Amino acid sequence: MINTSMQEAIRGRGLSRRDFLKFCSLMAGVLAIPKSYAKNIEIAMETAPRTPIIWLEFQDCAGNSEALLRASRPTVAELVLDVLSVDYHETIMAAAGNLAEEAKDAAIEKGGYILVVEGSIPTADNGVYCTIAGRSAVDILAHAAANSVAVIAAGACAAFGGLPAASPNPTGARSVMELVTDKPVLNLPGCPLNPVNLTATVVHFLTFGELPAMDDLHRPLFAYGARIHDNCPRRGHFDAGEFVRAWDDEGHRKGWCLYKMGCKGPVTFHNCPAVEYNDGTSWPIKAGHGCIACSEPDFWDLGLYNQADLQKFAPPSTYAPVQPPTQHIDPAAAGLIGAAARLVVGAAGAAAYRSLTKPDQPEGSDNAPAEKG
Amino acid sequence: MARIAIDPITRIEGHLRIEVQVDGGAVSDAWASATMFRGVETILKGRDPREAWAITQRFCGVCTTVHAFTSVRAVENALGITVPNNARILRNIIEGIQFVQDHVIHFYHLHALDWVDIVSALDADPAATSDLAQAISDWPKSSTDYFTAVKAKLKAYVDSGQLGPFANAYWGHAAYKLPPEANLMAVAHYLEALDWQRDVIRAHALLGSKNPHLQTYLVGGMATPIDPTSQAAINADTIAMLKGYFKTAKDFVEKVYLQDLLAIAPFYLDWAGIGAGVGNYLAYGEYPDKDGVLYFPQGYILNKDLSKVYPLDHMQITEHVAHSWYEYADEKKGLHPWQGETTPKFTGPQPPYDFLNVDGKYTWMKAPRLDEHPMEVGPLARMLVAYASGQQDVVDTVNFVLGKLGAGPEALFSTLGRTAARCIETVLLANKLDEWVNELAANIAAGDVDVHEGSKWDPENWPAEAEGYGYIEAPRGALGHWIRIKDKKIENYQAVVPSTWNCSPRDAAGQQGPYEAALVGTPIADEKKPLEVLRTIHSFDPCIACGVHLLDVNGNEINQITFDAADTMSAPLIRLRPDK
Repeated sequence: MINTSMQEAIRGRGLSRRDFLKFCSLMAGVLAIPKSYAKNIEIAMETAPRTPIIWLEFQDCAGNSEALLRASRPTVAELVLDVLSVDYHETIMAAAGNLAEEAKDAAIEKGGYILVVEGSIPTADNGVYCTIAGRSAVDILAHAAANSVAVIAAGACAAFGGLPAASPNPTGARSVMELVTDKPVLNLPGCPLNPVNLTATVVHFLTFGELPAMDDLHRPLFAYGARIHDNCPRRGHFDAGEFVRAWDDEGHRKGWCLYKMGCKGPVTFHNCPAVEYNDGTSWPIKAGHGCIACSEPDFWDLGLYNQADLQKFAPPSTYAPVQPPTQHIDPAAAGLIGAAARLVVGAAGAAAYRSLTKPDQPEGSDNAPAEKG
Repeated sequence: MARIAIDPITRIEGHLRIEVQVDGGAVSDAWASATMFRGVETILKGRDPREAWAITQRFCGVCTTVHAFTSVRAVENALGITVPNNARILRNIIEGIQFVQDHVIHFYHLHALDWVDIVSALDADPAATSDLAQAISDWPKSSTDYFTAVKAKLKAYVDSGQLGPFANAYWGHAAYKLPPEANLMAVAHYLEALDWQRDVIRAHALLGSKNPHLQTYLVGGMATPIDPTSQAAINADTIAMLKGYFKTAKDFVEKVYLQDLLAIAPFYLDWAGIGAGVGNYLAYGEYPDKDGVLYFPQGYILNKDLSKVYPLDHMQITEHVAHSWYEYADEKKGLHPWQGETTPKFTGPQPPYDFLNVDGKYTWMKAPRLDEHPMEVGPLARMLVAYASGQQDVVDTVNFVLGKLGAGPEALFSTLGRTAARCIETVLLANKLDEWVNELAANIAAGDVDVHEGSKWDPENWPAEAEGYGYIEAPRGALGHWIRIKDKKIENYQAVVPSTWNCSPRDAAGQQGPYEAALVGTPIADEKKPLEVLRTIHSFDPCIACGVHLLDVNGNEINQITFDAADTMSAPLIRLRPDK
């Protein structure tokens, strides 16, 4: 019975065949692969045994474990009971103390598991800033990585060091990929990660027998291949020069662009606009607060309310025509509309685009701090 | 006589190690050690105070939202900002559903397996389980067929040989007392609660973009606007969805969580006499109404004496480091958080190690004391302070539960009391949620859509220097942040967190912290399987990452800060109950 397939297991949980197929095509969607691959996913999941997972927590806040609890495609119950065999995870496991460690050691000895790491790893002072069962995090990670098939760094801290590694990094916190160099390491940054992307990564691995294609920061392209700005539902307002200029102003209530309030969508690669959070309920920009770039390294140093530096990026060569100002638009925004309207004129548009981001642009009541942090 | 180390304590947030001395089948002494340290507060120095909420929220991903909330309160207090009424209501709703969801997760997914033997459920008769379930509740998922299916799933899972997170636990331990049918019912509800918690917390996404780590707090209010004419704001549809989630929340809490507690507790009534701990209880109070009156009142109780609730003066709070991995010039005395010399210095054994040297320093937690008393915080402290203050909803619900269990108020001072108080509080808040949504809807109907007070958003409008504090009741207890702002930047930031109170080590006078005191006297049937230790520790709902960050790694800037004596924690948000 050890080789119970995921299909059988999911059926055992009361999911219909139809639900299962829906799940497979949904996963194909998240993974940004053709729908026809849904069949491959289905076959892979019908034949694979439950893949063992060892989930380690170090300098973490358990936010990514909590995010896992919010998984809905499949649910955490299906993930933990049917799809995966979570052989070690301190926050959810029944065993404690020595017996918990023995369960982990047994799984490590058997091998063939995916290692998931949450939290950064403190390396200063012989690792005394994080010990579990009397052993240092550095030691535990090395031991668990040795027999793993692949390592997933779950969340910003494991992927890039996150908050503990921010200056002055008092504990010598390091990311997983700085310490594990002889195994494939895949980063799923985010604060916390979106569980949809964790699920999709696991399914990709089970389907194709390899990790998904990654960018130079080890992030899977299916989830981190596009800029938030490029897929943002409020992009039209950016292009039209319709900006939120103060919290709770008319533009804020109408869902205009949050760039002036410090939104980091233009410098952030993440699929939030496509998959959203909590079963597709919402995501930061939709809820009215700018993106904080939590999938990017060192995002804590960008300054939450500082405007992202757009000049690093080449502006597009053309814009769709912009409607002339009407009485529906705040007169204070008129200067801005004018600036945006200039963008349509080809090459001159590039200069105007850049000037749009300058703090000295006459923009009426804009009171967001414009200085760079 | 044996020394036992339990590390890791699982099914908690963070890294906790418990060492106990066992003599004659019971714990004779205990030590609690937090074994992870990050040093987050240093990172806050020099930053924009308006972004402190986002950073401090990352103290903990389980008590998500509470540090963000406390942080904006601290900055608002420093800058003299009063948030719009809608923002107050939205914060109550967000915090309220956080309590309800977090407490249910704690009961079923972190605590239940201390009382529920999953393997025993395989022996259950589904028909008898159905009878049991229908006798205690009209919750619809209670048929024989339903429990037959749950049992079949459980059996298939066990037969697979891949036990995953349920491997190597203390199944079959003599201290498990439930009949197989009660165990099977609890397993079913464990699984149902997994789905339920995911659904109801979508309220956080609606009002704050996502959970965990909501992105909606602002100094001055909230970032999710209200506009009944907009699809990009809180509108009538949002109200309707919230009401739906909160009905789902209330139904489960009243028909499943409360009924399970009342069904399981009678098998473990001996635990109403175990695990009392320090007997002192502190609550900051929470859930202000439009006049600032708190639904759960503020105050503290000493020596289990419910006849007197003392008013809080935060200047009485000190922190000791005699047994913590920090240095003070004079470690015989505690220091107020504003005066703390918090230089970390690890003096424990180098890893790998077998046991800590508990005669010396043995944890990353400091030892906070109120007027030199160790204090327990959390649901039990809140319910006791409210009960002793005569808060009628609390008195009625506590008496209802005690009546069902045939116990008096003295039963509350225990491991079981802690677990019961958490459920009582959840029932109360599950009922408040809909009330707050109605209050929000009425405000909107009356034309009030403001969510942000923006006059102090621009740092140009700030004084050269400002200082303030914010506090909250987090699910795990009293939480406070203190901030000092200079030249528009954070000069100093301090937090004193629930688990710092509860998980504190000994102080300079040798007084144990609440975990430690609660473990003394706990019976241990099998030294190799210290299930009983987990019961008492889990009854506190430990959250360790939160607790360990009370520091300024550079150590010295904090020393100079002084505050006006009148500037106490009991100032603007809190209306104190008079002494009884």
